[in-house]
Amino acid sequence: MENRHSVTLDKNSCTGCTNCLKQCPTQAIRVQNGKAKILSERCIDCGECIRVCPYHAKKALTDPLESIHSYEHKVALVAPAFFGQFSKAEQLDVMLSALLEIGFDDVFEVARGAEMISKKTRELLASGELLTPTISSACPAVVSLIAVRFPNLIGNVIPLRSPMEVSAKEARKEAMEKTGLPKEKIGIFFISPCAAKATAVKCSANVEASEVDGVIAIKDVYLRMAQQISTLTADKVQKLSKSGADGVLWATAGGEAHGTYIDRKIAVDGIDNVIKILEAIDDGKLSDIDFVELLACPTGCVGGPLTTENNFLANSRIKWICKNLPPMGEESDSEENLFWDHPVTYRSVMNLDPDITVAMQKALEMERIFDRLPKLDCGSCGSPSCKDLAEDIVRGNANENDCIFRLREKISALAREMVALDTQEQKTNEEDETV
Amino acid sequence: MEPMLLHFDVDGNDFTLAGETSSKVKKMLTKLGFDPAMIRRTAIAMYEGEINMVIHANGGTIDVEVTPEKIVARLKDTGPGIADLEKAMTEGYSTATNQVRELGFGAGMGLPNMKKYTDDMQIETEIGKGTCVTLTILAGTQN
Repeated sequence: MENRHSVTLDKNSCTGCTNCLKQCPTQAIRVQNGKAKILSERCIDCGECIRVCPYHAKKALTDPLESIHSYEHKVALVAPAFFGQFSKAEQLDVMLSALLEIGFDDVFEVARGAEMISKKTRELLASGELLTPTISSACPAVVSLIAVRFPNLIGNVIPLRSPMEVSAKEARKEAMEKTGLPKEKIGIFFISPCAAKATAVKCSANVEASEVDGVIAIKDVYLRMAQQISTLTADKVQKLSKSGADGVLWATAGGEAHGTYIDRKIAVDGIDNVIKILEAIDDGKLSDIDFVELLACPTGCVGGPLTTENNFLANSRIKWICKNLPPMGEESDSEENLFWDHPVTYRSVMNLDPDITVAMQKALEMERIFDRLPKLDCGSCGSPSCKDLAEDIVRGNANENDCIFRLREKISALAREMVALDTQEQKTNEEDETV
Repeated sequence: MEPMLLHFDVDGNDFTLAGETSSKVKKMLTKLGFDPAMIRRTAIAMYEGEINMVIHANGGTIDVEVTPEKIVARLKDTGPGIADLEKAMTEGYSTATNQVRELGFGAGMGLPNMKKYTDDMQIETEIGKGTCVTLTILAGTQN
């Protein structure tokens, strides 16, 4: 698989500190020559590094709002998490109408696609054809994580497209019918809380070609939106929202699980928690659970790295909004294909060598090196932990002297040797003089 | 080529640590590039064995021998021994205490599962002396 990541580094802002290094769930960051470096084959675009970087050097490559103007008809594909961003706007129609004021011609709520996926998920779970526990496929960072670290669980992932993809297809069809324009003149832009979605659009793990033309970060339109919402007059508020609570709830942890209508389900949010539960599933410990919702961001998509509002507040707002919505919105009569185009494949990047015998030798060497390291996991060498440094050394990507403690030991040893040599030299000179 | 030897002590007093050894072995086998399905079989069988050592035998030692062709794990304890091996191999039979069952263990699936996920399982046991379970997982089999 080609790796075109949306998470990138702004070298000028990077100070070479160890914050992102430590936080990365797949150990995909190293600091070399004073700058962070992302190991592309390991990165799952979860955005944890964007969240923790105090210098804002980690960024997600998204499209600017201005890019929508290269299309004749511009549709905003609105993530449910968007609705939790604005204070005093608990009416979906107000927020959606404000999008028309900042340049879009129409809107389509991803919550509608989510409802379609929920319906299909219920059918599939009832059919008994799925491996259990069935794992949700909605979070692209989780799907990437499984592809990199949990190959045994790929078969448990429900092979359904993301609500974003399903909605994009619907939105384009709707727009073509409404405007009579050919499909290439219609621009579908996802208003995103999520960095991984930007990658999923450029290079999906399971869809041939994305229906989404661009991804715009929620935080990039936030200010303009907030201004529009506060000044929007009643005559400008159109009846635009067609989604129900089941769809909008997907913005928060537990929302997708709720939509399965089954009892034996769990919802896990936050990448560290997700890893723990995947380990448990891999060990066969979740045999009494039928459905597992996994979201990389804390509290779910409202906690995405491209959002503006505090995620706990946004989480509550989504719940308030949903109180006034019917469980399901306007149902789409679409019979579109909701399944993946191709299965997700194992990205084997963790092994030390393609040849097991060589890998074993490297592993033994790695253990020997690790024994010599201080086990402080300080990160000063540029690897996340002493274990990772040992691994980087056997992979030929680092040197034992990168460890400042090992270097100091070696310098002291060298200094002692020099002193000894000097003493010896003096002695010889003295002996020479006495002769 | 020399096999890779891994040694672990299993603490019988701390329930929260049970499973740590199988998790470490899983990580190592992943680094070595073994087939994911083989790693999974090894991890599940070892986990069951490790739990058994903690709930029945107050811990013990695990020695793992790794070659490209097979993984052999030897789980040794100085616990009470298994009185009726045939019964112990029956699904659903367990001698675990109620306290252990309340924690969600003792379903009587430990040994049957270990046998199920491995290519070979040998048990040597003596009452009052202890038990040694040897698990073999072969590369290239679907088990």
